[in-house]
Amino acid sequence: MSGGVDSSAVAALLRSEGHTLVGLTLQLWNQRRLAGHEGMPEQVRGRCCSIDDVYDARRVAEQLEIPYYVVNQQERFEADVVKPFVAEYLAGRTPIPCTLCNNHLKFDQLLLTARQIGAEKIATGHYARNEFDSVRNRWILKRPTDRSKDQTYFLFGLTQPQLARTLFPLGHMEKPDVRAMAEEHDLAVAHKPDSQEICFIPGGDYKAFLAAYLDDQDQAMPDTTGDLVDTAGNTVGHHTGIHNFTVGQRKGVQQNLNAHAASPFYVLGIDANTHNVTVGSDEDLFVRTATIDRLNWISIAALEAPLRVEAKIRHRHEPAPATISPNEDGTITLTFDEPQRAVTPGQSAVFYQEDEVVGGGWISSN
Amino acid sequence: MSRIYLDANATTPVLPEVVEAMRPFWFETFGNASSIHQSGQHARSAIDDARQHLAALLGCRTTEVIFTSGGTESDNLALFGTLRAGDHCITTAIEHHAVLHAAEELAKRGIDLTIVPPTPGGLITPESILTALMPNTKLISVMLGNNETGVLQPIAAIAEIAHNAGALLHTDAVQAVGKIPIDVKALGCDLLSLSGHKMHAPQGIGALFVRKGVTLQPLHYGGAHERERRAGTENVPGIVALGKAAQMAEPNSDMANLRDRLEAALLLIPGTRVNGTAERLPNTTNLRFDGIDADALVIALDLQGISTSAGSACQSGSTEPSHVILAMGLTHDEAKSSLRLSLNRLNTVAEIDQATAVITSTVARLRATAL
Repeated sequence: MSGGVDSSAVAALLRSEGHTLVGLTLQLWNQRRLAGHEGMPEQVRGRCCSIDDVYDARRVAEQLEIPYYVVNQQERFEADVVKPFVAEYLAGRTPIPCTLCNNHLKFDQLLLTARQIGAEKIATGHYARNEFDSVRNRWILKRPTDRSKDQTYFLFGLTQPQLARTLFPLGHMEKPDVRAMAEEHDLAVAHKPDSQEICFIPGGDYKAFLAAYLDDQDQAMPDTTGDLVDTAGNTVGHHTGIHNFTVGQRKGVQQNLNAHAASPFYVLGIDANTHNVTVGSDEDLFVRTATIDRLNWISIAALEAPLRVEAKIRHRHEPAPATISPNEDGTITLTFDEPQRAVTPGQSAVFYQEDEVVGGGWISSN
Repeated sequence: MSRIYLDANATTPVLPEVVEAMRPFWFETFGNASSIHQSGQHARSAIDDARQHLAALLGCRTTEVIFTSGGTESDNLALFGTLRAGDHCITTAIEHHAVLHAAEELAKRGIDLTIVPPTPGGLITPESILTALMPNTKLISVMLGNNETGVLQPIAAIAEIAHNAGALLHTDAVQAVGKIPIDVKALGCDLLSLSGHKMHAPQGIGALFVRKGVTLQPLHYGGAHERERRAGTENVPGIVALGKAAQMAEPNSDMANLRDRLEAALLLIPGTRVNGTAERLPNTTNLRFDGIDADALVIALDLQGISTSAGSACQSGSTEPSHVILAMGLTHDEAKSSLRLSLNRLNTVAEIDQATAVITSTVARLRATAL
C-alpha cells in the first residue's frame, strides 16, 4: 500500500470480497536523506515513501480495519535500485528504476515477507492482468483493460513463481472506475493525484539527484566530459559529461556545437569509454535493430527460434511489429519492421503478442 | 484470542489499583493543586502523598523529586538543566534517543560531547568513562538498565569517577525503576530519570530525581510549580498514579525466573544467541536468530497474538536496526535478525510457554519459507 488511490482501492475491493488481508507499505527511501545537498529540497510532501503517504496508507488500513505494517527495505532499495540507477547514468545509459524496484523489492523481498508472515499471495495496484494457462502450463501476464494505465512494461521481469503468487485486481478496471470505487468506500485518497515521477527524485531533476547522491557518498562526480561527434566521427562540439544525455535528447546539444547548425541535432548514442556523444539529425535517430540481454520469458519457456512480436522500447512507446531472434551468446537481436526512434540503451524492450507479454530484457546496444 | 504481551520495555498495562487511585481526581475530587480552596488542597495533598511514595521507592527526600511528563522530559531536563556551552558531557552509544538526541542538540549549541561505546557484551566499563574525562567534564549520563538488552551498567563505579572529577552523574533509570531495587544513595547518582508507563502507571507521567544542592535550570517557564524547576499545572491524576505504582512496585519479583524459562527454551532453537551477556534487568532478553528477518518475525508473531519488538521505530512506523545492538559491534544483518522480548509482572507461566511454542514454530516457518 503506497498511500495512493490504486493500492488503497485494491485493499478496499479485496476486503469487500471477504479476503483475510494484511496491509504492507514498503519504506524504501528517506526523503530527507539528501536534504541540504545542493539542488535538493528541504521538505518533500505527497510523494511515494514520504511520511504523508505512509500516513495515508495507514489511515486506509485503519478504515478497513485490517492489520497494517510498514516494512523497512531502505538498504535493499539503495543497493538494488538507487546505486544501479546512478551507475547506469554514469555509464551513459538511461535506467528504469521502477522495473528494478519491481524485480528486487516489490515482487521479491515484499513477497518473501508476505509469505513469511503467512500470506498466500500479494495484491498490488498495478494495472496488469495475470492468469494461469493450463494448456501451456504457464502463468501469463497480460495488458490491462485500461490501456492508458498499462504497467506491464515495468513487470516483464516477473518469474513464474512470482506471477503465481500475485493478484492484480485492477487489471480489469478503468482508472475512473477505480477512483469511483475508492469514493464509494469513502477513502480519503480517492482524489489524490497520480504519482508521475521517479519516487526517490522529487521534482524529477535527476542530474541534481546524481550530484547530491555522489556527494552524500563522498564520491566525486566522475569526469566524463568529451566530444560531440557526428555520424562520420568528426568532432562538432564539446560536452560537460555523458550523464547529461539520453538518446533522442535535443536539449543541451545545440549550444555546445562549435558551429551554428541550421537543423536541430539530437543525441544518437553515448560511448562510455571514449565519452563521445554522437549527434545527428532526427532521421538518424531511427534504427531497426537492437541487442537485448538479461532476458526474462513469461508466455514462452525460452526463445529458440525467431518469433514475430510487437516490441515496446520505452514506457510511452506504442509497441511496433518486430522479430526477435536468439543469438549464441544468450542475448537476442530485436529487428523492427520499420525503424523506431530513439532506441535507448539502459531501457527495457518488452515483447507482446496481442495482449500477452512474451517476455523482455534490457537494451544493451542499438 | 487473548493476546500475549511481551513488550513491557515499550510500555506496560496500568494496574487496576492504579486506575482506581487516579479516578477520583478527574471527578469528585478534581482540583488545581495551586488553588487556595479545599478542592485545590485535596489535589495538593494527593501530590504530596505521591511524592512521598516515589521518594520511598528511590531512597531520597521528597524535595528531590520533580514530576515531569515522562522519561524523555526527565532526560532532557537533566541534560539541558545542567549543561552550558563550553561544558563537556560524556554519554554512551547505548543510551535511549531521549538522551542521545538531547546531547547531540546540546553539542550543536556549544557543549563538547563524547559518546562512549559499549563492550561487545553491551556493558559500559568505568575505565572507558575514565578515559573520556576532560578538565571541563560537567555531566556524565549513563543509563541504569538498557532498554534493548537489559544489561545493567556499573553506575556506582561511574558515579565515583564523576565525583572525583567534579562532574555530575545522571542515570536514565526508566527501564530499571520498579524492576530492580533502586537506592539513589548507593548508586551515587545526582540525577535519575524514570517513567510512569514503564512501571504500570499511565503514559504521560514521569519524574526526575535531583540530588539536593544540584543547580538545575528549568526547561520551561511559568508558575512556581515543582519548586520553580518545572512550570505547568501538575498532572494530578498522573502523579497520583505514579505514586500508587511506586507503592505497588515489586522490584524483587521473580520475573527473572520467567525470563530465564523463556530464554532457555528459545535457545534450544538452532542458531539462536543472546545479545547482551552481562548482568541484566530481570525482564529483558534480546535474542538473535540466524538468518531471520526480525521485522517479518515481529509481524508474524503479532498476527498470532504475540506482541514483541525489533529495533527502534522510525518516523514512518517501520523499524530500523537497534543502534544499541549495532553499537555492540554486531553486523547490520545480525541486528536485523534480533528480537527483543520484555516481560512484565502480569505475565504468567502459561503465557510464556505458549509464546515459546509459537516463536519456535514461527522461526522454523520463516526459515523454511522461500518464494
